[in-house]
Amino acid sequence: MRLRDIPISAWIGIVGIALAFICALFAPLLAPHGESEIVAGVWEPMGDAYLLGTDNLGRDLLSRVIYGARTTLFVALAATVISFSLGIILSFTAAVSRGLIDMGLSRFNDLMMSIPTLIFALVVLAVLPQNLFVLILVMAILDSTRVYRLGRAVALDVAVMEFVEAARLRGEGRLWIIFREILPNTLSPLLAEFGLRFAFSILFLSTLSFLGLGIQPPAADWGGMVKDNKDGIIFGIPAALIPGGAIAALAICVNLVVDWLLKRTSSLKGGRGDA
Amino acid sequence: MAITSEPSGAPPRRWRERFPLLALILQRLGLSALLLLAVSVLIFAGVEALPGDFATTYLGQSATPQAVANIRSELGLDRPVTTRYFEWLGNALQGDFGTSWASRNSVSEQIGNRLGNSLFLAFFAALISVPLAILLGLLAVHYRNRLPDKIINVISLAAISLPEFFIGYLLILYFAVNFGIATFPATVFEGMGFVERLKAIALPTATLVLVVLAHMMRMTRAAILSVMSSAYMETAELKGLGAFRAIVKHAAPNAIAPIVNVVALNLAYLVVGVVVVEVVFVYPGMGQYMVDAVTVRDMPVVQACGLIFAAIYILLNMAADILAIVANPRLRHPR
Repeated sequence: MRLRDIPISAWIGIVGIALAFICALFAPLLAPHGESEIVAGVWEPMGDAYLLGTDNLGRDLLSRVIYGARTTLFVALAATVISFSLGIILSFTAAVSRGLIDMGLSRFNDLMMSIPTLIFALVVLAVLPQNLFVLILVMAILDSTRVYRLGRAVALDVAVMEFVEAARLRGEGRLWIIFREILPNTLSPLLAEFGLRFAFSILFLSTLSFLGLGIQPPAADWGGMVKDNKDGIIFGIPAALIPGGAIAALAICVNLVVDWLLKRTSSLKGGRGDA
Repeated sequence: MAITSEPSGAPPRRWRERFPLLALILQRLGLSALLLLAVSVLIFAGVEALPGDFATTYLGQSATPQAVANIRSELGLDRPVTTRYFEWLGNALQGDFGTSWASRNSVSEQIGNRLGNSLFLAFFAALISVPLAILLGLLAVHYRNRLPDKIINVISLAAISLPEFFIGYLLILYFAVNFGIATFPATVFEGMGFVERLKAIALPTATLVLVVLAHMMRMTRAAILSVMSSAYMETAELKGLGAFRAIVKHAAPNAIAPIVNVVALNLAYLVVGVVVVEVVFVYPGMGQYMVDAVTVRDMPVVQACGLIFAAIYILLNMAADILAIVANPRLRHPR
């Protein structure tokens, strides 16, 4: 694959994601003001001093968006990585061992998926203490059900191939078969799924924070910032739309890259290109 | 009746083989009932796993052992878990969800009003989005890989990335604040006229439509495309059938099942989308009720709302399954 084979839409996505990660990594250097430093009046309009204006407490909105990238990206990424590891390990184990283990895991997965994710999260978060660790874990476990479903489907396709059979006859253990035989051959669709799950995690985290059940103040996070500034909308102050727009832009960027990865996967498999 | 027409000597067929459609539908119904039961256990058990005790949290600083014991017996928390579960389920099946811990009101009464409001909102969103999505999906397939398809593709890709609250506030800022042609917040109350009510839910409905439309359209497009690229459509084209006849006679019967499935899945999604949209528009529905209950940890309300949302979701998924079975000619006519 050469760099110029990447379509423009995917480049836009890659640049957007990179920008968000740069903001997250170098937040203290980039942000003109502190994360929760009150610098001016409430809801100052956009101007030279405050590029994006100030929020409901008079904090600089630009600085908070930059710091917010940190929380949002970190939590979403952590949740996605955990959910992915969990989903892949369980689904591959199910696909390799078949029988009772497969039955049990798959039926339990069906049960988990029969409750809408947001509703499930609301019920669970009503019970559990509100902290970052619990939040990441809840998001990861709920999301891993989707990874499990895809992982099992692609792993089953590969698990019946001759080279897996050969590995089995060679006497390789279950772990070898999962990590050395199946994983390398399912990487492409899984990579696209990782992007999709990451985009979903960003939206899901923002939704939870918006509902007041995600990241707790005063930490800046994009969903929570929408919640903080929502009352300004009635007075025609667009402060809530800026973090909202940031979430939307990041999710669009991730989806653009995923779209390209998916198309690439289907053309590698000799698919019909679209559909 | 059918047994007499069997060739002599063949063993009499069991009803399962004679009515495969009915058997499949009954199987789906049974599975859904089982699933609902399992979900109710999960929701109840989840709340039981409460770390620390509600009574202790509730009383805070003034938690003397005596006060804690009083609260526990008042709420019935001192009885065994299984007894409470069956009591809760039995009452829930009769439409009684107990009393709210926070407000001491009947949960069922609140839900009765709010469920109607939520369904009203979801119904109108579905009424607009379903035909629109199918139409756009057909358009995208018709102009496949040409400009209209590409435009629809890019816009829908962007639309599925937008959070519900972003669309909601964008609409509020433009239509309610800047242009002043819509109302915010979307308040509805008892005895409100039908037209008034429609006016109030215009913006939340538009938000929901935008949220589901892109998903539904993309899935419709994929479903129709997979039918259009099958071998029998190529045959139909090669034997000289016109495009219209080929679509009506060959493509449509095969595309109905996946499209119905897409619609039902998205209706289920709509039910969940209602939660966020209600909070944005301060609309007195189930979603708002549940979110409020979660913030104050009002468990009877959370359990009741969770169970009802899950039940609606499961029922819609079941409906999708059954419609797909009914729409599949291969299952209608046993071999």
